[in-house]
Amino acid sequence: MKENASQTPAIELINVSRRFVSPTGKSLTALRDFNMVVEPGEFVAVVGPTGCGKSTTLNLVTGLARPSAGEVRLMGGPVNGIDPRVGFVFQTDALFPWRNVIDNVMAGPLFRGKSHAEATRSARDWLARVGLSRFEQHYPHQLSGGMRKRVSLAQTFINEPEILLMDEPFSALDVQTRTVMHEELLRLWAERKASVIFVTHDLEEAVALADKVYVLTAGPATVKSVYPINLPRPRVVADIRYEPRFIEYCRTIWEDLRDEVEMSYRRASQAA
Amino acid sequence: MTDTPLENMAPIFRAGTSDAEIEAAALKAMQRRKQAVLFWRLVILVGILGAWELAANRLWIDPFFYSSPSGIVMRLYEWITEGTAEGSLWFNLWVTMEEALIGFFAGSIAGVLVGIGLGRNQFLSDIFSVYIKAINSIPRVVLAPIFIMIMGLGLASKVALAFIMVFFVVFANAFQGVREADRNMIANARILGASNWQVTRTVIVPSAMSWIFASLHVSFGFAIIGAIVGEFVGARFGIGQLISIAKGTFDAAGMYAAIILVMLVTLLAEMIMTMIETRLAKWRPQQHTDMQ
Ligand SMILES: Nc1ncnc2c1ncn2[C@@H]1O[C@H](COP(=O)(O)OP(=O)(O)OP(=O)(O)O)[C@@H](O)[C@H]1O
Ligand SMILES: [Mg+2]
Repeated sequence: MKENASQTPAIELINVSRRFVSPTGKSLTALRDFNMVVEPGEFVAVVGPTGCGKSTTLNLVTGLARPSAGEVRLMGGPVNGIDPRVGFVFQTDALFPWRNVIDNVMAGPLFRGKSHAEATRSARDWLARVGLSRFEQHYPHQLSGGMRKRVSLAQTFINEPEILLMDEPFSALDVQTRTVMHEELLRLWAERKASVIFVTHDLEEAVALADKVYVLTAGPATVKSVYPINLPRPRVVADIRYEPRFIEYCRTIWEDLRDEVEMSYRRASQAA
Repeated sequence: MTDTPLENMAPIFRAGTSDAEIEAAALKAMQRRKQAVLFWRLVILVGILGAWELAANRLWIDPFFYSSPSGIVMRLYEWITEGTAEGSLWFNLWVTMEEALIGFFAGSIAGVLVGIGLGRNQFLSDIFSVYIKAINSIPRVVLAPIFIMIMGLGLASKVALAFIMVFFVVFANAFQGVREADRNMIANARILGASNWQVTRTVIVPSAMSWIFASLHVSFGFAIIGAIVGEFVGARFGIGQLISIAKGTFDAAGMYAAIILVMLVTLLAEMIMTMIETRLAKWRPQQHTDMQ
């Protein structure tokens, strides 16, 4: 059993489909025959045209939504409701605006029944790691976008998730801040090696961060191709983008993705 | 295109002005503005009261119907020193306040609880929404005679009327506030490990709070309306009863005096509510004055 456990994938989506049925009875297929495997400690990036079903995929893994067909497995077991091993970083701000920074970070441990003192201790620790110790008592609206994102990271990481899902977490940030956040994310991830699914629109971001890049088709989403990224770690995100192999990866994947993006735009304009 | 000079535009400083100077200037500008606002408020008040007094004095309007500021003040003074036809003024004021306050607190607590309960439960809200709409479309004051018939001339009937006036306003806002709670934020809380009850307490209630407070501001006024209408229809004491008696004796000054009393009390309640709200909403962004 023990040896087996190390081989069980952290996340498995097996022939998953997801249909949305509108109140008028019309159905829309967002995912069809979707297969994905994430090994323990692996960093997977997912790129695909807008509206193809990337967020839907993540929602299935969290347990917030159920597949219409197929199976989602976490660490070898089926998903029943929200799994405590999962952490999720949202695209938009999901911080609680009425709580100051430290209370936001403490939320997870307190929800999970830790004592106040213990929660405070580890919240301080995490705020130090994301470099926000001086802002403990600030409210979210008093922080910059990049700082708020770091609070979100601390809020998610404090629960020590084994499975980390990120839905375009940095897309609202400017380019410099984004690079800083990439470094920070890789550093935090390297400490504990969670299994990550990172959804993004930004191909360079995907290649710079991930071990594997999944390219999805225009909706309904299926996996079009999977590219292993064999760039050495630890990576310096600010420099990696000038390496020839990085550029090569980006070009190859973009060739593949472009068709889908064009198809998605064509469809959207036809519908309009 | 002409340049319209804007009075409120922030001043442009010479290069090299120190921060302290700029801050001092900003502070002074703010004070000046506050004083100007206060000044114009007083001017308008004095103007209106003066015009009223003058018009009544010169018989441009009939003081029998419209009374006059001095007449009203005299009546208030008389009530305060000698009491009203129905006993001391303070007792009558207290009777109305007691009815309104009990109705207000009971109505808003019930409104918040039911609003959040139904807002969180789609099935229950689908069932009850039609009944709530139906009851809500009854103009509340027509219930006054029924309540008085059932519960008598005393406290209970007025409280019931004030309650029903407050309940629906607060309920509707609490319900809407729950519905408007950010879905991402709820999902975030749940993934962080919150149970249903924890989601309600830490996400739903705080985000519905601004909606609830908006309704509380108006609903104290509604509670007073409930109490006074109840007293019109049948009571032995209270401000509504004083107005009723004043009407019976064609005492215009008495009616206006009672109105002013109610106005003052409601303003006071509004001020207290705003204070509590500011205290609770310290997390909200504050307005910054536009100063470079
Ligand atoms: N709750 C829902 N009800 C009905 N349809 C939905 C729902 N959620 C998503 N969809 C549909 O499913 C499809 C996929 O949506 P999804 O949010 O997963 O896209 P996405 O890939 O995350 O897009 P983006 O990159 O723009 O975030 C879309 O066509 C969307 O309209
Ligand atoms: Mg999305």
